[in-house]
Amino acid sequence: MSSPKPPKVESHQNSDDPADVLVPAEPVRKRPYRESHARNYSAGFFAKLALLAIIDALGVYVVMAAWGQDNALIAWSMVALLLVTNYVYFSKRALPMKYLLPGLAFLLIYQIFTIGYTGYIAFTNYGDGHNSNKEQAIEALLIQNEKRVEGSSGYKLSVVEQDGTLGFAIVDDGVVLVGTAETPLEESAGAVIEGGRVVSVPDFTVLGINDIVTLQKEVSNLRVPFSEDPEAGSIRTQDASNGYVYHSILEYDSEADTMTNVQTGVVYQPNDVGQFESPDGDVLPVGWRVVVGFDNFKTAFGDSRYSEPFVKVLVWTIVFSVLSVITTFALGLFLAVVLNDERVKGRRILRSVMILPYAFPAFMSFLLWRGMLNTDYGFINTILLGGADIPWLSDPNLAKLAVLGVQLWVGFPYMFLICTGALQSIPGDVIEAAKIDGAGVARIWKSVTMPLLLIAVAPLLISSFAFNFNNFNIIEMLTGGGPRFVDASVPVGHTDILITMVYAISGLDGGAAKNYGLASALSIVIFIIVATISVIGFRRTRSLEEII
Amino acid sequence: MAHTTVTAPSSQALRTSLKGKRWWRELGWRYVVIAFAIIYAIFPIVYIFSASLSTSGTLTGSNHLFATVTGANYAALGDTKFWTWAVNTLFIGTATAIGTVLMGAAAAYAFSRFRFTGRRVGLTSLLVIQMFPQLLAFVAVFLLLLSLGNAVPVLGLNSRIALIMVYLGGALGVNTFLMYGFFNTIPKELDEAAKIDGATHGQIYWTIVLRLVAPVLAVVGLLSFIGSFSDFLLAKLVLQSESNWTLAVGLYAWVSDQLSANWGLFAAGAVISAIPVIALFIFLQKYIVSGLTAGSIK
Repeated sequence: MSSPKPPKVESHQNSDDPADVLVPAEPVRKRPYRESHARNYSAGFFAKLALLAIIDALGVYVVMAAWGQDNALIAWSMVALLLVTNYVYFSKRALPMKYLLPGLAFLLIYQIFTIGYTGYIAFTNYGDGHNSNKEQAIEALLIQNEKRVEGSSGYKLSVVEQDGTLGFAIVDDGVVLVGTAETPLEESAGAVIEGGRVVSVPDFTVLGINDIVTLQKEVSNLRVPFSEDPEAGSIRTQDASNGYVYHSILEYDSEADTMTNVQTGVVYQPNDVGQFESPDGDVLPVGWRVVVGFDNFKTAFGDSRYSEPFVKVLVWTIVFSVLSVITTFALGLFLAVVLNDERVKGRRILRSVMILPYAFPAFMSFLLWRGMLNTDYGFINTILLGGADIPWLSDPNLAKLAVLGVQLWVGFPYMFLICTGALQSIPGDVIEAAKIDGAGVARIWKSVTMPLLLIAVAPLLISSFAFNFNNFNIIEMLTGGGPRFVDASVPVGHTDILITMVYAISGLDGGAAKNYGLASALSIVIFIIVATISVIGFRRTRSLEEII
Repeated sequence: MAHTTVTAPSSQALRTSLKGKRWWRELGWRYVVIAFAIIYAIFPIVYIFSASLSTSGTLTGSNHLFATVTGANYAALGDTKFWTWAVNTLFIGTATAIGTVLMGAAAAYAFSRFRFTGRRVGLTSLLVIQMFPQLLAFVAVFLLLLSLGNAVPVLGLNSRIALIMVYLGGALGVNTFLMYGFFNTIPKELDEAAKIDGATHGQIYWTIVLRLVAPVLAVVGLLSFIGSFSDFLLAKLVLQSESNWTLAVGLYAWVSDQLSANWGLFAAGAVISAIPVIALFIFLQKYIVSGLTAGSIK
C-alpha cells in the first residue's frame, strides 16, 4: 500500500485499437470511451465466452434434469438465472452487475431463498407425519394399508435381481410378468418357464434359495405394483415362492376428496391440519403439509411442553452470551494492559504464545476440553484436582460453569488481540496531556483510556455477543446440550442454547421426531432477538452510518 | 526469573534502571501475570500433544504428561478414514476460500468504484442479510438440497460440491464489508489514470486493484478457510456418508462415540490438523488482527 504500483496497463492488449490512445487527448469528450469485452475481441473476450459456454451448458443440464423430475420451480429458476447471466455478460450496460452477479446468484439461492423458505416452513406443519404433498400422502396411505385379498389364488413366484434391485417374476396363465418396486409388472417375452415356475428372465438374474435366505427381509418387504396407480394393488410374498395379490383396504374418492375404509365402512374427511379424519376423530397416520398459520409460534410460547424448556433455554442463551463476552473481554483487556508496557521484554513472542488458544481450531478445543473435563478419567479431575470426582459435564450448574470456562479459554485471545490493537492506537499525547493536567493513573484510565478503548471495541463486542448467541459448536461438542431436563418431553437440556434446541427439535440429529415447522419458527424467533440487539447496538455505536 | 532482569539494564529507551520494590510495582508483577497467563493458555495444548504420543491411546492413559512417547497413534490414523477427511476438508476449505475471495472482491469493487442505482440499497440489504446467519436456516438448507438432489445429485445431499455451494452463499455478507472498506482506501486516482490510458474496467480490476488489496484478500481467504474448517452443523447435515465427512464431523464422531477408547486417535488427528492452521495464523497474525478490527469498525 505504501508503494502503489504505477497504473501501467499491458499495452499489447490495446495496441490494435489506436483510437483508444487518442481518447484522453480529445477535450470535447467528457467521458473517455469505455471499451468493454463485448466489443473487444481480445483474449479476455474469448476467455469469457468459454466460461459462459461452460456455465450455460451446466445450466441447461440442470434445467433438463429438473424438468425430468417435474420440478418446475428449480427448472424455471435456473432458466431465469441463465437468461440474466447471459444478458449481464454480453450487454454493455450492466457494468456493476458483471462484478456483483456471481456472488449475488449464490446469495440469492443459498441465503435469501433459504431465509424466505425458513419463513414459509415456520407457518406450515412440515415434519414427520406431514412430509409431502397431499397426492403423495394419499399414495402412501393406499400402499401402507394394503392387505392380502382373502381367498385370492396365489401365483408361482420367483425372486429376480437386476443391478442390486430386487423384483418378482410371476406366471399368470402361462404369461410371465416381471416387475420391481419401481417398475410395475410387465410381460416379459423371452422368459423361460420350467415346472410352472420362471427359471430365467432376460436382463434379470433369477435368485436361488441361498441368495434369498440372506435377503429374507428385503424379499418379504418387497411390493411389486400392478400399475402406477396404487389402487390397482400389488404382489407380495412371504415364502419367496408364492405371490399373493394385495389390495388397499382404503379407497380414495377423488371427487368427494374422502378416504373410505372398505372393511369398516368408515369415511375419513380431510381436516385443517393436513390429515384424513373420521367422524370419531381418528386420523390416518400419513398426512400432508399445510399452512397452519401461527400454530408453531403458539406451540413455542403456549404449549407448556415446549414453552417451559424454551424459556429456560432462552434465559441461559442470554446469560451465556453476555457472560462470555464480559469474561473474555475482562481477561483479554487485563492481559493486554499487562503486556502493553514497552519495558516488558519479548512481547512479540509472548503475544504469539498467548493467542495459541485462538489459533487452535475451536471445534477441536471443545472436544479436547470434553475429554479433559471427563469425570472419571479426565485430566482436570485426575491430575489437577488430585483425583477429585467432580461431575463437570453432568451436573446442571457445573456444566454451565464448564461451558463458560471453556469459552473463556477459547475466546480471551481474541479480546486480547483487539484490546492490544485499540490500546496501541490511543495517541500518546492525549495521555501525556492528562498527566500534565495532574490526572492520576486511575483517573487517566477512567476518563481517557477506557472511553477511547470502548469506542474502538464496542462494535466488536456486539458482534461477539451475536456470535456467541448462536455458538452451536461449543454446546454440541462440549456437552451436547446435556444434562437433559428430566421433566421435559423434548430432547433439550440445561446447557442447550436456542440454536442447539432448534437442532434437537428439527429432529435432523435423529434424536426426536422431525418437526421442521416448529424448528423454523424458533429460528425466526432467534433471528428477531439477535437482529434487535444488533441493530440497537450498532445504532448506539453509529457504525451503521459510517459503513455507507 | 526476576533477578536476572533486575541486574540487566531494563530499557535503553527509558534509561531508567528500576530496582527492588519499584521494579516489582511497575514491571515485576507483569511477568508473574504473564507467566500464569501463558501456562493457562498452553497447558491444554501441551496436554493434547502429550496424549497424542501416549502408548495406551485411552483417556486414562494420557493423563501423565509425556510418561510414554510413541508414534503409534499417528501410525494408527492410517487405518482410519482420517486422511480422507483431511483431504475433504482441504478441498472444501480451499474451494470455498477461493470462491469467497473472488466473489467478495468483485462485489466490493463494484460497490466501491461504481455509482449505480440500488447501490445504497444493496449495501444496506447486505448488512441486514448478514445478520441472519446461514446456520439459522439449516432446516431450509437441508430441504433445499433434498429437492435439488432429486434433480441433480451433485447439488444435493451427501455431495461435497453442494456443501461448497452452500458456503459460497455466505460469501458476500461480512466479507464484502471487510473488503469494501479496504478498497475505499485505494485512491481512485489510480483507476482514473489507468482509464485515461485506455485500460478497461476488467484490466483495472485484475491488474491494478486486486494487486493492491492483496493483504485483505489473504485475510478473507484465511478467515473463510477457517470458517468452513470449523463448520460442523451444515457439514454434518449435508455430508452423510463417512467417506465424505470433513475433519470436524469425523473427529466429533470419534469423541462422541467411545470418547475414552478413541482418545489417542483424536489427539493425534487434532495435532496434525491444528499444526497448519496455527502456523498460518501466526504467520499472518498481523494481517488477521488488522482484518478483524478494520472489517468491523469501519
